[in-house]
Amino acid sequence: MKSTETARATEAFEFATASYLVLIGNQSATNLLELEQGLADCSDASIFYHTFQSLGRHHFLTEGFSNDFAQWVLGSCNRPALAERMASLDIRDYVSLAELRSDLRRVVAEYCRANAAIGSQSAFETFYFCESAEERVPLGHVAWTLEEFRDGLKDLSHGSLQFHFIASRLRLHLRTNDFSQWLSRELGLAALARQIDQIDIYTTTLDSARNAIIRLVEKELAR
Amino acid sequence: MTQAPPAPPTHIASLDDYTNVVSSGEIAELRALAARLHGRSVQMVNSTAVGGGVAEILTRMVPLMQELEITVRWDVITGGEDFFAITKAFHNALHGESFKLPDESFQTFLDYNAQNRARLRFGADFTMIHDPQPVALIDARTAHEGHWIWRCHIDLSQPNRKVWGFLEPFVHRYDGAIFSSPSFSRRLPIPQYLFYPSIDPLSEKNREIEPEIIAQTLEQFGIDASRPIVTQVSRFDRLKDPIGVVRAYQIVKRYADCQLVLAGGGATDDPEGGAVLAEVREAAGKDADIHILDLPPWSAVEINALQRASTIIVQKSLREGFGLTVTEGLWKKKPVVASAVGGIPSQVIHKHTGMLAHSIEGTAFQIRLLLGNPAIAQRLGERGHEHVREHFLITSDIRRHLTLFLHFLREN
Repeated sequence: MKSTETARATEAFEFATASYLVLIGNQSATNLLELEQGLADCSDASIFYHTFQSLGRHHFLTEGFSNDFAQWVLGSCNRPALAERMASLDIRDYVSLAELRSDLRRVVAEYCRANAAIGSQSAFETFYFCESAEERVPLGHVAWTLEEFRDGLKDLSHGSLQFHFIASRLRLHLRTNDFSQWLSRELGLAALARQIDQIDIYTTTLDSARNAIIRLVEKELAR
Repeated sequence: MTQAPPAPPTHIASLDDYTNVVSSGEIAELRALAARLHGRSVQMVNSTAVGGGVAEILTRMVPLMQELEITVRWDVITGGEDFFAITKAFHNALHGESFKLPDESFQTFLDYNAQNRARLRFGADFTMIHDPQPVALIDARTAHEGHWIWRCHIDLSQPNRKVWGFLEPFVHRYDGAIFSSPSFSRRLPIPQYLFYPSIDPLSEKNREIEPEIIAQTLEQFGIDASRPIVTQVSRFDRLKDPIGVVRAYQIVKRYADCQLVLAGGGATDDPEGGAVLAEVREAAGKDADIHILDLPPWSAVEINALQRASTIIVQKSLREGFGLTVTEGLWKKKPVVASAVGGIPSQVIHKHTGMLAHSIEGTAFQIRLLLGNPAIAQRLGERGHEHVREHFLITSDIRRHLTLFLHFLREN
């Protein structure tokens, strides 16, 4: 078996980034019932924007709720119990937006049924459904080995980290990320791949996540 | 004595200078995005070359885009005093005020747009028209290919129907419209995009400055550096509620020793600004701890120093566009207490990147809270800084523009 230091992938890891254009939709919600309806009607891209991308946009906030729906329910509707339930839906558990949408809707619907008088109460601020369009751009550098992979990580932007580490779950339709998939498939480093995948993206910033990945890779290289 | 503006800075920042502010990876990404747009051309059109947020952004954005090897031209429309009186009335009406000019004003507006259409050259791959003043230039589109985008920097949530009814058909003919906040947008039949305005972290107003400059500025204005300073930077305009700030300060003063700085301009060239300034001075009375500074437009370094010297930055607006003074305060790692209006909630995420308030009493309470809890204030300031770094710097703004252009190319 080749050592970690010399192992070379058959297929290189291609570092890329995604830049997102935010589109303002024509849907909005001024109360919880309208939120429920909006969750039913909005596009998949809108669900993605307000959950997966919200996590990336606000990665530097390691407290508070990491999806826009939960944040609005707390901040504008003052419903912490519902907000907690919505925030507890971990995007890492989902491989399709349809499932995530369904669970978000269910949680809001259950709350509105149990609290009939609250559903139509006006929120302090309106929720605007937005969505994003992705422009993927290869960065022009690749990694064939673990060392090259570590070097590539060092200068990676937040956009690129978000693309490979967070948004990739949906693209892959797997409960993993680009980094872990490549390490496992190409270099046979299943344990390292698993450790990287276990980094808690809800409680770390993107910079800390990057540093944690680099530390794990360096530990592997030092073995 | 007439004050003269200082000479412009001799060093113009290049993209590489920004690697000290954002990561080198972010700048590399801008280059990667721009590489796919080499040979493409962009035309920016607005109504003023100096003064105002749009000109300030374009002054920096155009050379940086050129450095990315995109051909960018910036044109400014011209017009007589009658034209700008009409566009000022449009501006106010689009913010919800009544429109009192005669109906002929609409034709005058169109005539000036036609003159500019005849004078300017069009034909760029991407033509970006800023704000309502040049909106009718879309009439030039029939003769030219390319994508036309309307960049609206103002809040259109509650426009005067007559004025919006006149402008809206022009907007419908663009390929897309850009707004600074979802709450500023309208239901339109064209795609609407969210672009936050931005600040330049290397500009005179925002760059790091030496402690001596801060000390000198405080001395110049007679402000005590040893006691807490609460500051609002805004022109003297009722919508910025400077009297509300004085009232909030007066409540705070019952509990904590502090000074208030109200720094702004607009009092010398705006009759209403002069009246507001007089009202603020009256409200302040003889309190020596209230510093009312009517600054000339070229006071960027002084504003920078005052913001950096402040313990808390306040923006107690009654209505607001995006509120770039909030962005500036957050960038300087200051705890910000601001009204939940306009684009401010996009910047101040309550209890995370600052404190939102909805009244004089609420503003006073949040100031008291932060004066009494420096650790909370520091944490808010640090997060606010990161929030700005991520979303509200010129580099992010350029990235959004490049992404939009790529999006249009792919869609077509």
